[in-house]
Amino acid sequence: MDFLVSHYNYWIFIFLMMLGFYVVVARGNLVKKIIGLNIFQASVFLLYISIGKIFGGTAPILIDGNGTDPVIYSNPLPHVLILTAIVVGVATTALGLSLVVRINEAYGTIEEDEISEMDLEP
Amino acid sequence: MAFLAIISLAIVRIRNLFAVVMLSGIYSLLMASIFVILDAVDVAFTEVAVGAGISTILMLGTLALTTSREKVPMHTPLLPLIVTFITGAMLVYGTWDMPAFGDASAPANLHVAPYYLERSMVDTGVPNVVTAVLASYRGYDTLGELTVIFTAGIGVLLLLGRRRETPANKPEPKVASNGGSGRSDPGKNPAPNDDSSAAKDGAA
Amino acid sequence: MRHHVILRVVAKLGIPFIMLYALYVQFHGDFGPGGGFQAGVIFGAAFILYALIFGLDNALKVAPMNVVITFISLGLLLFAGVGVAALFYGGQFLDYGVLANDFVSGQHLGILLVELGVGITVAAVMIAIFFTFADRGR
Repeated sequence: MDFLVSHYNYWIFIFLMMLGFYVVVARGNLVKKIIGLNIFQASVFLLYISIGKIFGGTAPILIDGNGTDPVIYSNPLPHVLILTAIVVGVATTALGLSLVVRINEAYGTIEEDEISEMDLEP
Repeated sequence: MAFLAIISLAIVRIRNLFAVVMLSGIYSLLMASIFVILDAVDVAFTEVAVGAGISTILMLGTLALTTSREKVPMHTPLLPLIVTFITGAMLVYGTWDMPAFGDASAPANLHVAPYYLERSMVDTGVPNVVTAVLASYRGYDTLGELTVIFTAGIGVLLLLGRRRETPANKPEPKVASNGGSGRSDPGKNPAPNDDSSAAKDGAA
Repeated sequence: MRHHVILRVVAKLGIPFIMLYALYVQFHGDFGPGGGFQAGVIFGAAFILYALIFGLDNALKVAPMNVVITFISLGLLLFAGVGVAALFYGGQFLDYGVLANDFVSGQHLGILLVELGVGITVAAVMIAIFFTFADRGR
């Protein structure tokens, strides 16, 4: 029971990760695939930040404590890495969406199986 | 966090893409509030601005340029479900040995982070430790990140920059290549000539 | 159709404050949450709001495309320039300490300039991407 309480955050985020993974693999619509990829990325960010959290801590901005006991801060290092990852994620999404627009103009559709059929035609 | 799971399930099931984009905006807002609960204020700020702002706008722009409904899937997705379950089970097995949530003595919180927290005021004089690490201790990574954004902007400008080709201003193909004629519609090019000749006949 | 007036008035009132808030977030990134990326995105959002409400033609008059593209490169040049300037002053690449008289104020100056470069590039990239998407549909 103690194990369940202390590890439930990992399992919830793995569930979200698998939902995003399922959307990428199983759905054929290209825009939905990109949204599924965003869900996947977002769950990875949540997992990472939850690893860096310390109980009783506060945001990692240095403040003057009351002098007697030291102020506990949460780990700032995952915040930095995830900040970079979020911005890279939006760059990837923008490029992917512009590719979807071009594919739509070339093939007339954004469903994956219709595009494969059109490609297989002589 | 249960809200996040419900919204993700709705995103999977709903077929109207406009609703899916709106739900992903709400998902991003909920993520930001969870980040605030987990003491990551900088990350929450960035996630709200980027996820609920820019990402939603770009997806709406894409939906305006393409269709807005998803097709009904033809076959039951049994194999993706099995693959997803197996991957999820392996990941859960991988988290068996991980440290407990919020543990202050986890290995992730022990080596470099106390050094940054102690030395950031002495080295840089900046109270926000995240900015100090981002710009000074790990400044090289930030340079790489800026280059990635730069490249993405240039990529979008190259892909979508020129004026869209409609059948009226599509240039005549000079040589009928043997490999590339599978996709282009052979009926597109004679159509403007037909229309203009029909208009001339109608006006005469 | 009458509600367009409400949107226009509220946008005209709000856009300067959005830009002001973006500048606040940019330069107070040292003391509170904030920094270059957040400020760049908020500043780009102000321009995108203007383009949404007042039309793409008016927005292109305010921020022409080649000016925006120039700003994309200017931000990255500023960042890399700070790194190379540190080389000229005798330190290593991206060593901010040698840029001013003593180590800590050199760090302050370096961090300020670097975050400014990041903010400029991110804002310009967001504006450029939105204008490109909107232009494609015309």
